[in-house]
Amino acid sequence: MKNKNRRDFLKTVGTVGATGIAAAVGGDTSVAGQSPAGSPAGRVLLDPAGGPVSHAYTFLTAPEAAFIEAAVDRFIPADDLTPGGTDCGVAVFIDRQLAGAWGSGDRTYMQGPWQKGVPTQGYQSPLTPAEFFRAGIAATNAYCRKTLQKDFDRLTVEQQNKVLQDMEQGRVTFEGTVPAQEFFNLLLGTAMQGFFADPIYGGNRDKAAWKMIGFPGVIAIYSEHIKTYRNKKYDVEPKSILDLS
Amino acid sequence: MTTRLREVDVVIVGLGWTGGILAKELSEAGMRVVALERGGMRGTNPDFAIPQIRDELKYAVRNHLMQNPARDTLTFRHSPTEPSLPMRQLGSFLPGEGLGGAGVHWNGVTWRWTGIDHAARSYYEQRYGKSFIPSDMPIQDWPMTYAELEPYYDKFERTAGVSGKAGNIRGTKQTGGNFFEQPRDRDYPLPALEPSYSQILFNDATAQMGYHPFPRPCANASRAYTNPDGSHLGACVYCGHCERFGCEANAKGSPHITVIPKAMAQPSFELRTHSWVTKVMLDSTKKKAIGVAYTDVSTGEEYEQPAAIVALCAYAINNVHLMLLSGIGTPYDATTQKGIVGKNYCYQPGGGGVTLFFEDRIFNPFMATGAFGIAIDDFHANDQFDRAAMSALGGATINVGQSNGRPIGYRPVPAGTPRWGAAWKKATAKWYLRAMNIGVTASNMPNRYNAYDLDPTYKNVFGQPLLRLTYNFLENDKKVIGYVAQKAAEIARSLKPASMTGPGMLGDYNIVPYQSTHNTGGAIMGSSPGNSALNKYLQSWDVPNVFVLGASAFPHNSAYNPTGPVGALAYWTADAIKTKFRNRPGLMT
Ligand SMILES: Cc1cc2nc3c(=O)[nH]c(=O)nc-3n(C[C@H](O)[C@H](O)[C@H](O)COP(=O)(O)OP(=O)(O)OC[C@H]3O[C@@H](n4cnc5c(N)ncnc54)[C@H](O)[C@@H]3O)c2cc1C
Repeated sequence: MKNKNRRDFLKTVGTVGATGIAAAVGGDTSVAGQSPAGSPAGRVLLDPAGGPVSHAYTFLTAPEAAFIEAAVDRFIPADDLTPGGTDCGVAVFIDRQLAGAWGSGDRTYMQGPWQKGVPTQGYQSPLTPAEFFRAGIAATNAYCRKTLQKDFDRLTVEQQNKVLQDMEQGRVTFEGTVPAQEFFNLLLGTAMQGFFADPIYGGNRDKAAWKMIGFPGVIAIYSEHIKTYRNKKYDVEPKSILDLS
Repeated sequence: MTTRLREVDVVIVGLGWTGGILAKELSEAGMRVVALERGGMRGTNPDFAIPQIRDELKYAVRNHLMQNPARDTLTFRHSPTEPSLPMRQLGSFLPGEGLGGAGVHWNGVTWRWTGIDHAARSYYEQRYGKSFIPSDMPIQDWPMTYAELEPYYDKFERTAGVSGKAGNIRGTKQTGGNFFEQPRDRDYPLPALEPSYSQILFNDATAQMGYHPFPRPCANASRAYTNPDGSHLGACVYCGHCERFGCEANAKGSPHITVIPKAMAQPSFELRTHSWVTKVMLDSTKKKAIGVAYTDVSTGEEYEQPAAIVALCAYAINNVHLMLLSGIGTPYDATTQKGIVGKNYCYQPGGGGVTLFFEDRIFNPFMATGAFGIAIDDFHANDQFDRAAMSALGGATINVGQSNGRPIGYRPVPAGTPRWGAAWKKATAKWYLRAMNIGVTASNMPNRYNAYDLDPTYKNVFGQPLLRLTYNFLENDKKVIGYVAQKAAEIARSLKPASMTGPGMLGDYNIVPYQSTHNTGGAIMGSSPGNSALNKYLQSWDVPNVFVLGASAFPHNSAYNPTGPVGALAYWTADAIKTKFRNRPGLMT
C-alpha cells in the first residue's frame, strides 16, 4: 500500500471483500476496502493489538479522503518511529471530527456580518470548519491541477511536499474563498490533534504517537515518581481511555 | 411572558469562586440567597471521573468545560481605528460556565498581591516622581491596604487548601519562602509540593546567581486536607491534567467541593442552573436595583427575580458586560476619557519565556500539577528593584512550573525544526522528555485606550450587543518583557542547555493562542466615584445595592495571577454586607 495511490488501488481491487484483501496483503496494517456505489469510501484498518477495526468515511468523499490521506502521510511519514499518518488513523480522525460537532461549527460564534480581520483577531470565516476543509481541499486540488496537471493525491511525494511547504509559507494564493496558509494551518493542526489525541477518537492507533515520545497516557499517579523519576526515564506501556473503557 | 418571582435578600449572578464564597457566607448568616448560574450542575463524580476526564482533545482543545462562544462572546480590536470582530472561538482566555465557574478548571496559582500593587500610583510617584507615569496610563491605588486584606487572604488560602512556604510571618523573614513577601499572620495551610527536576535546576541556578527562589503558592493540595469549613481535599497525584480539567482527586481547591456545597446545605439558599441573567433591573431613579431578569436556557422561559441585593459574580468580563447592558454607572468613552464603566481593562503579557533543550537530562513533563513551581520575585514584588533601569512600571516574575506534558499541546522542539515531516518527527521524539521551560509573567498597566464598551454591530443569542474589547500590548509591556526576559535568558544560559529557544519579543496582542484567563478591570474600585465604579467594598457608587465581585475591580494587573485577591475580596465584601450593609443598606464608608 505504501507507495500506491489510494484511488488506483480502489480501482484494482474492484469488489473484492475487505477481509479478503486484508488477508491477501498480510503484514500491512491498512487496507482499502470496497466502496459501495454512491456512498463514501469504506476502509478497514487492522488494529495491530487485535482484530480488524472497520472504518468508513462519513464526511469525506472518496477524492477528499484521498487528499487527506496523502496530506497526513506527508505530515507524518512512515519511518522507524511510527507508521504513516493514515495508518495511524489520522485521516479517520479528521473525517470524524469534520462529521461531528466541531466540524459543524459547535462552540463557534457563527453570526454575521463577516469581515476579514487581521490574523490576531482569529477565525472569521462564515464557513463551518467542515465546509472550510471541503473548500480548502477543492482549492488545493484546483491549484495542483492548474500548476501540475493533477490532483494533490496523484502528485509525487516530492511534489506534495513542495505544495504543502508553499502553502505553509504563504507562497501560493488560491482562487476562491479559502486562504492557502490558513487552510494549511487548520489541516496541520487537526492532523496533529488526530496523531496525539487519545485513540478513542480514531487516530493515534495503537498509541503510536504516545510511544514515539514517551507519554504514558491516562494512568497518571505520580505522587512518588515526581521524586524518584527526577532525571530518569519513565518507561511504561502507555494507557489510553480506550484501553480502560 | 415573564414570570415574576418572590423577592429574596440576595441574588447572586454566577456561581464560581466569588459567587460560591458569597453564597456560603450570606446564606450561613441567615440571608435568603438565590444563585443564578447560566451553566449546568456538575460535580467531581461523575463529571471529572477517570478515565474520561483525561481527554486532552475534549477538555484542553475543544474547551468542553468553558463558555460556549456561540451564545455569547465579545468582539475585539487592537485600537479604536481597527474594525472590531467577534472572538468566534475561544483562544486567548477561557471563561468558565457551569457550577464552580472557572474555579473547577483553573491551575491554582494563588498569590497575595504586593504592597506595590495596593499603592500602584503612590509608590511610583514617591519613588520615581510624577513624570515617571505616562500621561495615558491611568493607574491608581487600591482603596484598601494589604494589611486590611491580610485576614481575608488567609481565609481564602485556608478554604482553597493552598500549599506553599511563608516568606515573612509578622515581619520575621522565613528561609525557603518568598523573601519579598508582605508580612502574613501565619504560614500556608499546607507545605509546598515536591518540586520537579526542572524546578530544582531552576531553584539552584537562581540561588547561585543571588536571586531569591521560592515555591509558588498553589491550591493543589500537597497532602489530604480538611479545611476550616470541614470540606475535604485529597492529595495531589501530579497527574498533569489540571488546568482546563476538573480534578478527580478533589485535590485542587475549587468552589464546587468547598464553598458551594456548604451554601447548598443551608435552607436559606437556592441554586438555579441554566439561568442566564440578561440584565439587572433598576428602578426609575436608576440608583436602586430591584432584581435581575433571566432566561432559563433549558426552556426559554423568562423570569424576574426581585432582590434587595444584587451581586454580580459572573466573572470579570461578564460583570462589566452586565453593568453596561443594565445601565449601572456611566460607560467609559476613550475619546473623551469621560465615564468609568469599561475603563482600565488589563491582561497578562507573557512571551518572554525560554525553552531549554538538554541532551542528557530527562524531565518527564507529564509528572505535573497545575500550579506548583519555583519562582523568583526579584523583578516584581521587590520594591528595591530599580524600575528606572527598564524605564517602565511594573515587573515580572520568572518561574518554572511544569503544568503538563499533554502531547497535543506540549511538543517542544528546538528553533529551526520544521513543523511536520520526518525531521519534525525525529525532533519531537527526541526532545519531548528533554526540554524544560522558564516562564516570564508580567504585570500590565492600564492605558486610556485599553477598555470595553458595547459593540454597535454584533449581538448575542438574546439579541443583546456583545461586549467590545479594545486592547493591545503597549510600550510599557514591551519594556518589562524585554528587560526581564533577558534575565530569564541569563538564568537559562547558566544551566548550559544544548540549545534554547526564546526569549521572544512581545508583539501585538493575539486573541488566538491561549495565554491566561487573567482578564482584569472594567469595573474598577477606588477612593471616589470620580475615579472608580466601585468603592472599597466592591459596591457600585451609582447603584449601592449592586456589588460587583471579581478581577473586574482591579485598576491594573499584577504580574501575579488574580484569584488570590479575588477570593480575599469576596470574603471582605461578604463581611461588609453581613456586618454593615445588612443593618444599614446604602453606600458604605
Ligand atoms: C484554564 C484556567 C487556568 C487558570 N489558572 C489560574 C491560576 O493558576 N491562578 C489564578 O489566580 N487564576 C487562574 N485562573 C482564573 C480563575 O479561574 C478565576 O480568576 C476565578 O475563577 C474567578 O472567579 P469568578 O467568581 O470571578 O468567576 P468564575 O469562577 O468563572 O465564575 C463565574 C460564573 O458566572 C457564570 N455566569 C457568567 N455570566 C452569567 C450570567 N449572565 N448569568 C448567570 N451566570 C453567569 C459563569 O457560568 C461562571 O460559572 C484560571 C482560569 C482558567 C480558565
